Amino acid sequence: MAILVIAEHNNSALAAATLNTVAAAQQIGGDVHLLVAGANCGAVAEAAAQVAGVAKVLVADSAAFAHQLPENLAPLVVHLVQGQGARGYSHVLAPATTNGKNYLPRVAALLDVEQISEIVKVIDADTFQRPIYAGNAIATVQSSAAVKVITVRGTGFGPVAAEGGAAAIEALAAGSDAGISAFVGEELAKSERPELTAAKIIVSGGRGMQNGDNFALLYSVADKLGAAVGASRAAVDAGFVPNDMQVGQTGKIVAPQLYIAVGISGAIQHLAGMKDSKVIVAINKDEEAPIFQVADYALMGDLFEAVPELGLLLG
Amino acid sequence: MKILVTVKRVVDYNVKVRVKADNSGVDLANVKMSMNPFCEIAVEEAVRLKEKGIASEVVVVSVGPNAAQEQLRTALALGADRAILIESNDELNSLAVAKLLKAVVDQEQPQLVITGKQAIDSDNNQTGQMLAALCGFAQGTFASKVEVNGDTVNVTREIDGGLQTVALKLPAIVTTDLRLNEPRYASLPNIMKAKKKPLEVLTPDALGVSTASTVKTLKVEAPAARSAGIKVKSVAELVEKLKNEAKVI
Repeated sequence: MAILVIAEHNNSALAAATLNTVAAAQQIGGDVHLLVAGANCGAVAEAAAQVAGVAKVLVADSAAFAHQLPENLAPLVVHLVQGQGARGYSHVLAPATTNGKNYLPRVAALLDVEQISEIVKVIDADTFQRPIYAGNAIATVQSSAAVKVITVRGTGFGPVAAEGGAAAIEALAAGSDAGISAFVGEELAKSERPELTAAKIIVSGGRGMQNGDNFALLYSVADKLGAAVGASRAAVDAGFVPNDMQVGQTGKIVAPQLYIAVGISGAIQHLAGMKDSKVIVAINKDEEAPIFQVADYALMGDLFEAVPELGLLLG
Repeated sequence: MKILVTVKRVVDYNVKVRVKADNSGVDLANVKMSMNPFCEIAVEEAVRLKEKGIASEVVVVSVGPNAAQEQLRTALALGADRAILIESNDELNSLAVAKLLKAVVDQEQPQLVITGKQAIDSDNNQTGQMLAALCGFAQGTFASKVEVNGDTVNVTREIDGGLQTVALKLPAIVTTDLRLNEPRYASLPNIMKAKKKPLEVLTPDALGVSTASTVKTLKVEAPAARSAGIKVKSVAELVEKLKNEAKVI
């Protein structure tokens, strides 16, 4: 039995989410093959070959895969799983990033199988757990499909080591462009701070921050802790900060060592995105705020006094 | 240009759902049901394209129980022109729904299909992408901006770390993210008018689509609860606890 894991990368570096996905594949059991589809992505393939527990790296290096557009990527994956080029994969896994969530359902539909989205636990090779209803319920599902197509929520699986492996690298034939979609451009937020989904500490602000300028208070504390800065959907909806900072069921799902929720009431949909954090701190002046029900340390008080003081104490 | 919009009847987003005692699912008896929030955004976007003169007709389609007619009437009140219900009382998987929608796409031949990025009950985030695959259309998922230019549509997508813009050949499929627009409320006169707009009811059988599933739900449980924490009286105490008790800073 072999499992195909589709690597997340930006053509120059392998993204950490890949390592969590490989960990899920190892729990399913079988040889793990990593597919690196990109353009001029040799460095990523080299890094992929080093990942612990990977038996083989397949590299599809072609302009058609430069931005992993699903219209071009899905046929490549289907070709590896079904038909003449099939390699006998029992499972196809991708990280549940915005990228994985974009192309993998397209792969599943082309293979005529259902996709199991955002698993957080592997029970056995056919049985998985996944959250539904914004994390208010956990479903255990079993698939009898010949090929299981699965996205993996990174917070459910500790990453495998990025080094220590020595997988063989196999180049695949050049892919073709489906000709129905084209990359126009992208605007990536440039930040010295860590990415939300990779950060060990996250400081998040909610509607209680009152406006976008007040997030400067959180940035200052975050920089002292080496933390990422997040936000609740309420803060995003109010226009304080951009949507890529949103933590929650409809934003990013995070599970850092420490999550500091500032002026966040704790709506269901926000809790769904952060309640697996190891330690949760809530700072809020409303004693009834639901965030306090999940907080390990609750500080009731005015955030505009507490946060600057926190900054001073962290010096 | 004709636009097809999908809507799903789901538990209202303000309801805190509870798992049934026998772990067979969540308790939906006497719970308020609404249009999935991402579908509301999809309807709004289509109606705006019609108001700008880009779309000529907006057709809404839902797959679900007879009661989903309520959500279709809501969409009609928001400005859609006509509705189609594919009636099924089964809890269908995303692939089956995508196949049913493909049959509607074949009939209606829309130039643009707009779906929500995910439903807030099953949280699958699949149907739009699957429909795109089955139709052979390009897909612009998690859209925060949609611009139709002749025979292409430019879609700005919310991706990890920022925004990406893609150009898609029409016909294409767009799935909506939160910031695409702010849906309007239906006015009373429009709610009254919506009652007279056409609503066609079809069945999966009539469309010749099998809705069999290879995934079965064995059980549904409540998530592990976090134990209650402690109150700290000052920021100094908080920092002390984080350093010496939790050892996370």
